Amino acid sequence: MSSHPGAGAAHAAAHHEENYQPVFVGQVRGRLEALFPKYPTRQACLLPALWMVQEERGWISPRAIGEVAEVLGLTPAFVKGVVTFYTMYHTHPVGRHFIQVCTTSPCNICGAEDVVKAFLQHSGCGELGATSRDGRFTVIEVECLGACGFATPVLIDDDFIEGVTAERVPGILQGYK
Amino acid sequence: MGYPHPSHAKEHPVLSKHFGDAGARTFDGWVKRGGYEGLKKALGLTREQVVEEVKASGLRGRGGAGFPTGLKWSFMSKDVTKPHYLVCNADESEPGTFKDREIIRWTPHQMIEGCAIAAHAIGAERIYVYIRGEFTTEYKILLGAVEDAHRNGALGADVFGSGRRIDLVVHRGAGAYICGEETAMMNSIEGKRGNPRIKPPFPAQAGLWASPTTINNVETLAAVPHILVRGAEWYKGLCLGSPKSTGTKLFSVCGHVQRPGNYEVVMGTPMRDLIFDMCGGMRPGRALKAVIPGGSSVPIMTAEEVEDCAMDYEGIVARGSMLGSGGMIVMDDSTDIVYQVMRLARFYAHESCAQCTQCREGTAWTTKILERILAGQGKAEDIALLLDLADNMTGKTICVLSDSCAAPVVSAIKKFRAEFDAYLNRTRRPVMVAV
Repeated sequence: MSSHPGAGAAHAAAHHEENYQPVFVGQVRGRLEALFPKYPTRQACLLPALWMVQEERGWISPRAIGEVAEVLGLTPAFVKGVVTFYTMYHTHPVGRHFIQVCTTSPCNICGAEDVVKAFLQHSGCGELGATSRDGRFTVIEVECLGACGFATPVLIDDDFIEGVTAERVPGILQGYK
Repeated sequence: MGYPHPSHAKEHPVLSKHFGDAGARTFDGWVKRGGYEGLKKALGLTREQVVEEVKASGLRGRGGAGFPTGLKWSFMSKDVTKPHYLVCNADESEPGTFKDREIIRWTPHQMIEGCAIAAHAIGAERIYVYIRGEFTTEYKILLGAVEDAHRNGALGADVFGSGRRIDLVVHRGAGAYICGEETAMMNSIEGKRGNPRIKPPFPAQAGLWASPTTINNVETLAAVPHILVRGAEWYKGLCLGSPKSTGTKLFSVCGHVQRPGNYEVVMGTPMRDLIFDMCGGMRPGRALKAVIPGGSSVPIMTAEEVEDCAMDYEGIVARGSMLGSGGMIVMDDSTDIVYQVMRLARFYAHESCAQCTQCREGTAWTTKILERILAGQGKAEDIALLLDLADNMTGKTICVLSDSCAAPVVSAIKKFRAEFDAYLNRTRRPVMVAV
């Protein structure tokens, strides 16, 4: 899949890293430490810790990888290996609203590719993985979202939307500023 | 019930009885509907008695493999020097399957109760529920339900005053189909890349943090409270076909049927009844072409094979496929089988963890060759090449992901050869652009 964060995103990423502020302070630190008794090792808190970073910052930057590694007593290389294994962790900044459209076979035979085209057109992203010029949207195709009876399911940020058709796309996008 | 549709007379709703009923989501709502009686009963029995009851019911794993649940539990050692763990597999990612999502979003306590009974049966004090990252709504519902269950004593240090400690932790995945494989799931919980592990050792010997571990699917666990309350004999009696397949099964039906949804039927129900009666058959003017009956990893069935197929573990094998997870992808005569097989191969190529050469290379090359055929650039020897690749991808890797990619390819070539030939001999127009 092509992936073009775009020049604006690259600038934002550089700015983020130069002015990096730790994620695991105050309340977020407290939320992470509350997980420690639930697992016999600190390492097991890695996936939850990465989710916290992404919730706070929108993506997981190299500096954030370093911070997570330090907090959990792991090496940055190990943490990076884990981050890059899982497709939901963003390793570069994405649009304010991240749109994932299922195009695996069950949805594919029900018209999912038309839904993708509609999102690319109406969001202004133009191509998969790219962020719209206004920084509002990034659209990707995703493999099976596990809602095949409700083709085509679309995940926008944390909103799981069932039964999306190409016609519904402009109306759906209006709800995300 | 055939959520989101009303229940059909040919269904037998047990697990799905309260789908669509938001009142069943809370602890109190679940108790009002008869919930947590199974757990209370189990706590009054010994570990062995619970295992024996589930063994006698004939319950088999609903995640895909169909392994007898009671037998799996009996592999857990009685030696308690090491902690024992239960993992509930809520990573539902198999294309065509969407039943566990429905169980969690409507009846989270049904699953929690099943988890707690299983934990008691295997001597575990801690349960990890691994839920896929994309299930954002279900994740929130589940977190709320777990808190509710802890508050009401169904989980925690002293479950319903029995002196048994059972804690439940919800662990959220982050987008990886392979983490539905049990050993990959354990690595993921441990904070690692989701690479499957070589077996043996099996999880019951050395699972999470090298401790005895049992992994069960959501639907399997959700059936357990009902077995405890109504008895193994009742469950065993839910059987229309092979006596080795008992109980009810949720079939997720998607694709070209009029009423896609989750239908719960007694094992052995005719597949025809499900597709043509419960789901309303094909769209007007269309005919059935093919069905992938058990999630995308099983062989494709032709319309003829569907005709007299009984839906249970043995009946579907007898008609050339497998029951798998019960996720049925129904395709009518508008479907381009070659294109859809390519989409499935692309799925497996995307989801391969890339540890094993046969899988990493095999899934990628299978996809590329299918794309080449669809672009009108196929070569006469491509069919033999695909079959040779499939042979090298079957039974030769750490887990079965590459076998799962090979199964639809091989069966499609065998049963729908003319569609491949049409692209190869250029009588069909290319649908893809050559790269």
